[in-house]
Parts: sequence; C-alpha cells; structure tokens
Amino acid sequence: MQPEALGTRAPRAPLLEVEGLFVSYGAITALKDVTLSVGQGEVVALIGANGAGKTSTLRAVSGLLKPAKGTVRLRGDDITGLKANLVVGKGLAHAPEGRGIFPNLTVQENLDLGAWLRRDTAEIANDLEQSFARFPVLKARRLQLAGTLSGGEQQMLAISRALMSRPTLLLLDEPSLGLAPQVTQTIFRMLREVNAAGMSILLVEQNAHLALNLAHWAYVLETGELVMQGGGKDLLASEAIRKAYLGE
Amino acid sequence: MLYDLAQHLINAVASGTIYALVALGYTMVYGVLKLINFAHGDVMMVGVYVGYAVAFLLGRQAASSFLGFMAVFLVAMLACAVLGFIIERFAYRPLREKSRLTALITAIGISFALSYGFQLDVTLTKARDEVTQAEGYRLTSTPCATGDEHCVTILPGAAARRFPTIIESVEWVNIASADGLNEVRLLNWQVMSFLIAVGLMVALQVLVFRTRFGKAMRAVSHDHRTAALLGIPVDTVIAGTFMLGSALAAGAGILYAIKDKQVQPLMGMYVGLKAFVAAVIGGIGNLKGAVTGALLLGLCEEGVVWFGSSSWRDAVAFGFLIIVLLVRPEGLFGRYVPEKV
Repeated sequence: MQPEALGTRAPRAPLLEVEGLFVSYGAITALKDVTLSVGQGEVVALIGANGAGKTSTLRAVSGLLKPAKGTVRLRGDDITGLKANLVVGKGLAHAPEGRGIFPNLTVQENLDLGAWLRRDTAEIANDLEQSFARFPVLKARRLQLAGTLSGGEQQMLAISRALMSRPTLLLLDEPSLGLAPQVTQTIFRMLREVNAAGMSILLVEQNAHLALNLAHWAYVLETGELVMQGGGKDLLASEAIRKAYLGE
Repeated sequence: MLYDLAQHLINAVASGTIYALVALGYTMVYGVLKLINFAHGDVMMVGVYVGYAVAFLLGRQAASSFLGFMAVFLVAMLACAVLGFIIERFAYRPLREKSRLTALITAIGISFALSYGFQLDVTLTKARDEVTQAEGYRLTSTPCATGDEHCVTILPGAAARRFPTIIESVEWVNIASADGLNEVRLLNWQVMSFLIAVGLMVALQVLVFRTRFGKAMRAVSHDHRTAALLGIPVDTVIAGTFMLGSALAAGAGILYAIKDKQVQPLMGMYVGLKAFVAAVIGGIGNLKGAVTGALLLGLCEEGVVWFGSSSWRDAVAFGFLIIVLLVRPEGLFGRYVPEKV
C-alpha cells in the first residue's frame, strides 16, 4: 500500500524499486509491505523514529537481511535475497549504521577494501586521490589505524570507502549520528556534491531536518509501515511532520 | 648450573615454537568466527598420522632424505587443509547464525569423533605376494605388531606408536663442562624444527599483513557483515582461514612427533589444550599474543622440569592459565570486550 504523496515527484528513470517488502525477526515483524523507489540521480530520505524499521529496510535492500516477502530490483535486476557480497557487484554500496570502519586496519587499507571487487588499478588510484581531495584529513592519516580517528573522520572514511566501489546507488545509515554539527555539515555538503555529480542516494536519518533539506523525495516510516511520502521541501513544510519529527 | 639453564632454554624454545604454531590456528579461527575450535588439536593429530603414513609408504631410506622429509610435511599439511575445509563447510558453517554455544559443543563433538574414531584399527601392511614375489600393500583391520615396520595404521588403533625417523638425529653442538658432568646438546632437528616453525610464522605474518587475502581476513575478523557489504566473500575467507590454521597445525604436529618420537590418537587433545592455554594467555584473537603465550608456556613448563618434578608440569601450565585469567582476563595482548548476554 502506498501512502498519499505530498507534492509532486519529478519523473526519473527508476534505479531501485522495492515492492511489498516484509522483514521479520523471529515472531516480530519489522517491516510491513514497504514499497519505495529511488530514481536515477535522486536523493531519497527515509525518516522515522527509533525502531521504525529504517535500518531494516537498508539491510534488506543490500542483502544483509533476507526479506520474508517482496522484491528488490536494481536497474531492473531482481536482487531480492542475494547475498550482500554479491549485491555490491551490481553497483550498490551500503555504508552501515555505526560507520562499520575496521579499527584494526589502517585508513588506507579500509579504502582499499572498498575497491575489493575492482581490478582497474589505475582508476582505483584515481578514486583514492579523489577521496583524499574530498577529505584531506584522511590523506594525512592514511597510515594510521582507523580506530584512532575521531567520530567525524570515521564517518568520512566510511562514506569514502563506500564510494570506492563506484556504486550507482549509495545507501547511507545515519551519517550524522554522534557528530558535532560542524562535521555533520561538512558531510552533508559532500553528499550534495556527490549527488550533483550523478550519484543516487538512499539516506536514512534521524535528523529529519537535515535529511529533508537534502532529499528530493522522502518516505516516513512508522513501526514498520510507510505512513507518508512527499518532496523533501513539501514534507518540511507539513504541519504533521513538523510536529512529529522536527520537534516543533 | 649455567649448562642446565642453557639446555632448559633450548628445550623451552623448542616446545614453545611448536605450541605457537598450534596456538596460531586457535587464535586465527577465533578471530574470524569467535569460535574456540576445540577440534583443532585433533586435526593436528590427524596430520601426524598422515605424515606417519607418508613416511611409511616412502620407506625409511626415502623418508629421511630431504625430499622425503618435505613430502611428509607437505602432504600432511595439505591433507589437514582439506580436513579443515570439510569441518568448516559441513559442521560449522550451517551453525554460523546459531548461538555460539551450539558451535562450541559441535567443536567438542568433532574433537571426540576424531580422537576416538582414530582408535579403530585399520591397517595397511606391506606384504610380499608369495606367488609373484612382488611387494604390495594390503588393507586389514588387524592391529600392527609392535615394531613391525611393514605395517602402517590408516585408522591407527588406541596404542601409541613410534613415529618413523624422518630426520636422522645429529648432534651439532655439544659443550661439556671441564669435569664432564654437565653438557649442553643441540641436535640438528631441534634447530630445523625451530627454523621451520619460525619460517611458517613469518609466512603467516606476511600473508595476514601484506596480502589481499590477509586484509580481507582482518576485516572479517572485526565485522563480517560490513566485510560482506564491501563485496568480500566472507565464506571463502573463513574457509581459507580454517585451511591455513589446519595446515599450520599439521606442520606443528609433525615437529612435535619428531621431538616426542611417538604418535597416538589422544595427542591432539593434549597438545591442543596446551596450545589453547597459550592462545588464551597471549590474548585469544591476537597473533603476536599466541606466539608470546606459547613461548611463555614453554618456559614455564621447562622451569618446572628444572626445579625438580616434571609430573607437575601440566599442573603448573594450567595454574599459569588460571593466574592470567584472574589478573588479566583479556590475556597479555588481547583487548577486553565485555560480553553482552
């Protein structure tokens, strides 16, 4: 079931299509009939309270969870239930909740692992330089163990690492979590740039204000179900959203 | 006094390096799976029997040549790599998403299956055909007679057997005191055993810290979900780690058998438990820790032998473990991670 849309969505070629997704953990149903899509070059935000099922949605899409029902298609390919390490090859990168950097590896090694499936050495070196240009602090610390980085630096590393696989779709789980406002701004500025360069993004965020400002389109999840969808700016302006998610 | 010290140090390093090779397997598998692979010592035992069978098939002359010596090692290591793969694939992988206790009990089960399964008598006898006069091998279930060099056990039976000489013992150094009462002896195989053990450890170090596979292994050991999100084939990495650990165990087992000069089905439990202690002392999951713990354990055991009673050796080794666990539960090099239930 699709909730009514607020505002109009610019037509785009479909990239990710999720249809009627159900996910359960044992007896508990985490997602009920979730249907959403991300278009080519679009930033789509998924907002909602703690435990609403945002992370479960991302996990089911990237193959970390096997959905109980429903389909996930990437560029028309059915990737439902495909193992996570195979989904990456289809052009999807997932920067997981809690950053998921490897603290026992150096910054450089973390980035190298991001390009695990690629064989084009010259291009990888190129992308590495681009990551360093984006976040110079990573270059300065590239031989340090990633565990010694600050929270913000770790988040920069996590996103840079995800981009090293040259995805067409980037899944981000709470990039602002636990970060100082200034660092968050740096990261969101970078996301805007990456998107401007053509990258599609599916963003999960607790900070609805940040997310809706960046997103072209957004979905609102409540206890495993989609309850609202609309343009980022339209939802920001909506009374119900302001009350429930922006604390006004 | 000084002579004793030197001799005991030699012995301590000799057994310590062997424990280290086995301990590395425990620690690597724990690293990637958070599983204490209690069957590890028994995989080592199987490796020793494979080496035993190879040495037998080659015959004494060939087995103690350099190539024969290498063949014994390589075949045993290869066989154990395959065994490690099979155990992981069919016993542990189906249980990976189950609770850790399930996997642990399975590990204990495999350990018993191997160590007691190997007490069945199935033997291969080199027999001469009366009619054709040709030498051939015959598979029987009669136990080998003691000292029968023409009989090798496939599944070896409960009794301990003499491990064939695959390296002729040569005294390389013998320093005797002026009165001739004390001496320090260094034998060729002690040196070689040390060099092989160190060589394998260096190779492992290079593999883990300098190669693509090693990088993946370290990533999986920290968080296999995130590793999968980057496209790393987690199953393959875990299987590879098992094979690596098992091969190292086989190498260690043969070194142990050369030192101990015998082989028996329960040796895996004994050596395995010691190596496990070493891994825990060093901080399980940590490669440096496993080697350090093993050397400390070797020193500790040899110290007990020096001060009188070798029958107290194991008691002291396990006592040492208890003290380490009380004072520093994460081990010497480990990080303390509180367990959430």
